[in-house]
Amino acid sequence: MLQFITAILTSLSAGAIYALMSTALVLVWRSTRVINFAQAGQAVLTTYIGYEVTVRTGSYWYGLIAAIITGALIGATIDRFFMRPIFKRIKSGPIVMIAPVVATLGLLGIIQAIIGFIWGLSYQTLAAPVSTDGYKISGTVIAFSPFNLMVLLSVTITMVLLTVLFQKTNIGLALRASAYSPEIAKLSGIKVDAVRTLGWAIAGAAGGLAGMLYIPNSYLYPNGMDVLLVFGFISAVIGGLDSLFGAVAGAMILGFAINFVATYISYKLVFPTAFVILILVLLVKPGGLFSSSKGRKD
Amino acid sequence: MSLVVENLTIDHGAIRAIDNVSFTVPTGQLAAVIGANGAGKTTLLRTLSGLKESKSGSATWNGKSILGARPEDLARSGIMHVSDGKSVIAELTVKENLALAGLWRKDKKDVAAVTSEVVDLFPVLGQRMSQASGSLSGGERQMLAIGRTLIARPKLLLLDEPSLGLAPLIIEQIFQTIKSLVAKMNLTVVLVEQNAMGALKIADEGIVLNLGSVVAVDSAQTLLNDPAVRAAYLGF
Amino acid sequence: MHKISANRKRLFTFILLGWVLLLIGDRIGELRQYQGAFVAMYALAIASIILLTGYSGQLSLGHSALMAVGAYAGALSINNLKLNPVIALIVAALVAGIFGLILGIAAARLSGPYLAGTTLALAISLPTIANQFTILGGEQGILFDIGAPPARFGEGFSQYKWFFWISSLAALIMIWMISNLLHSKFGRVFRALRDNQTAAQLAGINIGRQKAVAFGLSAGVAGLAGGLLVMLISGVSPSAFPLSLSFSLLTGAVVTGVYDLKGVMLGGLVLVAIPEIADSIGSRVGGSDGFTMALPGFLVSALLILAVLFLPNGPGKLLKKKM
Ligand SMILES: Nc1ncnc2c1ncn2[C@@H]1O[C@H](COP(=O)(O)OP(=O)(O)O)[C@@H](O)[C@H]1O
Ligand SMILES: [Mg+2]
Repeated sequence: MLQFITAILTSLSAGAIYALMSTALVLVWRSTRVINFAQAGQAVLTTYIGYEVTVRTGSYWYGLIAAIITGALIGATIDRFFMRPIFKRIKSGPIVMIAPVVATLGLLGIIQAIIGFIWGLSYQTLAAPVSTDGYKISGTVIAFSPFNLMVLLSVTITMVLLTVLFQKTNIGLALRASAYSPEIAKLSGIKVDAVRTLGWAIAGAAGGLAGMLYIPNSYLYPNGMDVLLVFGFISAVIGGLDSLFGAVAGAMILGFAINFVATYISYKLVFPTAFVILILVLLVKPGGLFSSSKGRKD
Repeated sequence: MSLVVENLTIDHGAIRAIDNVSFTVPTGQLAAVIGANGAGKTTLLRTLSGLKESKSGSATWNGKSILGARPEDLARSGIMHVSDGKSVIAELTVKENLALAGLWRKDKKDVAAVTSEVVDLFPVLGQRMSQASGSLSGGERQMLAIGRTLIARPKLLLLDEPSLGLAPLIIEQIFQTIKSLVAKMNLTVVLVEQNAMGALKIADEGIVLNLGSVVAVDSAQTLLNDPAVRAAYLGF
Repeated sequence: MHKISANRKRLFTFILLGWVLLLIGDRIGELRQYQGAFVAMYALAIASIILLTGYSGQLSLGHSALMAVGAYAGALSINNLKLNPVIALIVAALVAGIFGLILGIAAARLSGPYLAGTTLALAISLPTIANQFTILGGEQGILFDIGAPPARFGEGFSQYKWFFWISSLAALIMIWMISNLLHSKFGRVFRALRDNQTAAQLAGINIGRQKAVAFGLSAGVAGLAGGLLVMLISGVSPSAFPLSLSFSLLTGAVVTGVYDLKGVMLGGLVLVAIPEIADSIGSRVGGSDGFTMALPGFLVSALLILAVLFLPNGPGKLLKKKM
């Protein structure tokens, strides 16, 4: 019973972090129609910045704020000064199909190399602001700590804020309209390019938050969030790639599947499970589990 | 004060869609651009609203060039385009679709005022405000698309085949509304149509396009009564 | 008639190339032989990317994983089945090919971003999976020893020369086969797929099957390259197949021109040269350890972006335009 409850709790906090990554991927996909593989690099770079601020100020919270803000700035910069010129330059020819994806990959490599230049390739540790020792329930220590609880709460708050932003504000309406139909949005007078950059900024901030919440339970190194990129992608695909709700729901499904398999069968099956889920969803419901009808063709 | 198009030429790659086209629409007038499928009507409108680049020639609105400007800037300066195929965002509610064209406007009081004018004009929209607009009928979507442009208080309205795929009764109703808007909202309208008869009946002027070239420009009344034009291009 | 002569011309070209390579192999030092073996291996791996992306329009970020599949299959067949090394390399190609075919059946239904993401997931997760299974040797991995060169080649025939021979002959024969394939009806079908799927479908081509076949073929070629790679480093372990290997291959392919097989040797050279260049920059600038270690990755990625931006159709097209 205790094992079962622990599995549920760890699934939730793992799923929460996947949700941040999948949300970031979905935000960019919706506005730009590209899977931003550089997201793993952006997130880990902002986490290094958060780490640096944490070390210098002695406060994780300043680090967290720094990571979120630089995450947003880096995301916006990449869209404005990297992706936009690329889309402008490459308009025709067979390379059009692969150029944007290849560009984000190149960017991922460059970011990770730059991290190596600045901080080296060795593993760093980022101390959590609250205890990472599991709670003790009737004498047994479970695999769920105050920090896991903090992760769960922070992500829940973030998701509520994002929902309010998207559903209740004018900016949110502009973001949604630009994602669904850039042409109609433009014809209505909305500066779609600027809105798109804003989407990249929000995605970047989400990545920074994800890093600051994930790394204390892991290690900080240039490839430290590659795996999270994969889990975020799988979550986003489960959710249909186009839907923010789907991204979160997909992350929870993946979190539960992975953690229950790890708890009850073997941690060795974590990756195979994730991969099998991805392939199954793509083959059976390529539009995601929550789409009623049309899967996207492109 | 007018829309002036001079020697405008537009290509789609190797295909010349608009070839050396010139015409003028004085403010306050409703001009119908008619022509068969593939005549270049959509291409012309998309260029006037900034969605497409032109090859050569000029187009000015009230003396200012509009070619090469961005669609969002043109929209903000009062040139609104309803693209073909009932341009509404199906995933958004009716209310949200209407709100789009007012998001950037400073005068929020006027946005509220014009929204209620639009709802008076199209009462069905008022009843469906919080429904997803994907659930509207074709005619209702066309009303929503036109209604949305009005929220921006446009000066020049570019309409691409509003009658497409609608039942005759609804077409009649939409055309009458468009005609009434000209005076009510102080508009200049370029109405692109395959439905030549319907469009010419409400238009002041008619411009007949064929394979990218202007083959006749005259008052709508004259075109309607000209047997040669009727036989060659209007098909009735 | 015309067709046959074109095929024969190609055969002669390749035989000539092989002969030249062997002559070269006799005249260069051991380091160059070793590097030459790497060039051939990379050229082969790049050819597998070009076969897939350039000719069937599918983008894979998972070729490092497919190479790993071939490498492990080859190693197991040498160590556990005691197979002859040459047979082991063929097994490497076959196993990776079958794995790729299965994957390709799924991949054929995926378009652009889904395929890219799925293959990326494979590239990131497969090494981790390999890590966890004892038969694959975990973190240490397992040996891949093809043994000394046969005695009949004589005393002076070094291990490096043996590597060079195997690697360049394998690459040459394989690339010759691919190039024949691409000049056959098969190749035309692939190109049709890449250029216009709808038209291909209307022409009665079974798109799904052809894409899966292309994926399988490409995976087989990658598997062979993977076998060669671990032959050269004498062992196979998860760390030999990082995601960055996939990036390198992609860079090699884009630098070569994704739509042209002719320049694969150039791509291979670039991939071998980059660490060397990085080394010499590193020692000249004298940066930190992190700088020296991250520099190759930086160069590969920068080259990838620059090539996509400025040579979208490969260097061949650029030269032709100039002339
Ligand atoms: N995106 C495009 N690419 C290539 N050709 C196009 C494109 N859009 C339209 N055309 C061609 O331009 C010509 C005019 O098309 P269009 O402006 O849509 O005409 P209309 O709206 O009068 O039916 C046609 O020959 C059409 O095939
Ligand atoms: Mg049209």
